[in-house]
Amino acid sequence: MIRYALTRLTLALPTIIIALFLIFVLIRLIPGDPAQLILGEVDDPAALARIRADLALDKPLPMQFLYWVLALARGDFGTSITMQSPVLDLLGPAFAVTASLVVPSVVIAALLALPLGMLAAWRRNTRTDTAVVAVSTLSLSIPAFWLGLMLLLLFGVKLDLFPVVGYVSLAEDFGEGLHYLALPVLTLALIEAGVLVRLVRASTVEVLQLDYIAHARAKGLTEVAVAGRHALPNVMGPTWTMIGLVLGGLLGGAVVIETVFSLPGLGRLMVEAVFARDYPLVQGCMVVVMLSYVGVNLLVELTAPLLCPAVRHE
Amino acid sequence: MLMQRPSGIAGVTVIALILLAAAIGALAPPYDPTMVDFTTRLSPPSSAHWLGTDEWGRDVLSRLLSGTAVTVAVAGLTTLLVTISGALLGAFSGLAGGWLDRCVVALMDAFLAFPALVLAIAMTAVLAGSSLAPVVALGVAYLPYMVRVVRAHVLTLRGRDFIAASRVMGNSPAYTLLRHVIPNTVAPVLVMSTSLFGWALLAESALSFLGLGLAPPAASWGGMLADSRNYFADAPWLALAPGIAISGALLGINLFGDFCRDYFDRKTKD
Repeated sequence: MIRYALTRLTLALPTIIIALFLIFVLIRLIPGDPAQLILGEVDDPAALARIRADLALDKPLPMQFLYWVLALARGDFGTSITMQSPVLDLLGPAFAVTASLVVPSVVIAALLALPLGMLAAWRRNTRTDTAVVAVSTLSLSIPAFWLGLMLLLLFGVKLDLFPVVGYVSLAEDFGEGLHYLALPVLTLALIEAGVLVRLVRASTVEVLQLDYIAHARAKGLTEVAVAGRHALPNVMGPTWTMIGLVLGGLLGGAVVIETVFSLPGLGRLMVEAVFARDYPLVQGCMVVVMLSYVGVNLLVELTAPLLCPAVRHE
Repeated sequence: MLMQRPSGIAGVTVIALILLAAAIGALAPPYDPTMVDFTTRLSPPSSAHWLGTDEWGRDVLSRLLSGTAVTVAVAGLTTLLVTISGALLGAFSGLAGGWLDRCVVALMDAFLAFPALVLAIAMTAVLAGSSLAPVVALGVAYLPYMVRVVRAHVLTLRGRDFIAASRVMGNSPAYTLLRHVIPNTVAPVLVMSTSLFGWALLAESALSFLGLGLAPPAASWGGMLADSRNYFADAPWLALAPGIAISGALLGINLFGDFCRDYFDRKTKD
């Protein structure tokens, strides 16, 4: 188990380093002096010289990259141009907002998708199956930001049940925070459930054709026991991987939902940084999104053998 | 084949309708989509303006149609760019093997370490201002997916006799690639391109919803949705039309994609 974990970690390392290099190169692709870009539109030769020295711009490119990565490792993500505060201080709270939106959505989506997808596979080619597949295809086709707008229009504007703008964090006031998060979480859960239902259904259909299921039935087990004890662990394999991809993807990709519901999350921070040409902040956001994406997927890979017997035997 | 599958027919019909709408939007919209008229500001759907007018008195139907042209053009160009460059790079990498292949895989894995939308947003920061920015940004974001699919397929082809035969006959690697490898990847590439077109359409709408798409006053589905938020309570039709357009288009593309996948699956099994 420990060897497995170490192998996975070593395999992820080159990807992280190359991805960091991509972020580093991205800022240098922008025409102009990188030091001036990072300082912003300010005429301050002293500050410019200091940033040049910090970035090691007089050194060759690989050395500049090394300095940058070492600074990141020390927790020095640079200073935001627009906010005039350390980038790391801005990333922390934004990450917390996004996580409090994304994690519950994915949990709810998975809890919806597993029973529905398995039910559809069990009742394959019946009306139940058709209905589940139709609804999930529909939810796959509705953009999250439009569903969010419609829910906001219905429950926020017309029925006045939920707040339309603003945000209260869970730490500040838990009850009020939940009130603000309910609609965005519901929106994301409904959309992501669509992807997961289709996957669960397809995996269950495959698992159901295997001999061990016929054997379990021949033993006289009830269908519920066959589903829960025998089919579920093997359906969990691909589903668990997909949950990781969805969760990781949403940590940065929830930006449109954050925009609809005016939540100060990570994606929103990045888009605002792009508008403001706040390149240190853009860089910082990308680093955090990338690390959390890779990290979540790594965690999923490491925990997969605990959940699914088929993966354990590979 | 197509006619036996109602979802396939529905998919093709929707795609045909989108292309028709894009053509009308580009060539002959009922009104000038950028024409401002304050006398008809925020008027609900009527016989003169089938989908009503927006906050500048512009005809929503005309904007929707010309937005269709923009979105379809961006998504279509992105798909074309990714399909051609991704298929070539994937096939080349899979065929070449060795350290070249490992480099390509490592680079693509690094691109895949970012959610596609995040990569696209970052690319728009670099490409700011260029009218091709959305296409290039989305192209870079989705390229690794195509490379991965084609490369995996080419690896299964590589050991086959007809590829070895082409090499033994003294054909150049480039000739083998173009004449024998690429034609045999058409099925997975086609299935992937259909998905890609859908992803690009959705991502373009998301980018323009965030204000990172083509600059106004050019109409786009996402941009229209974003603007509609300011007149939510008084003019809900502004949010309905573009939302239904995006959802309908994606539904059609998804149905067609499912149909393609089933069709090719069955064909390979036969």
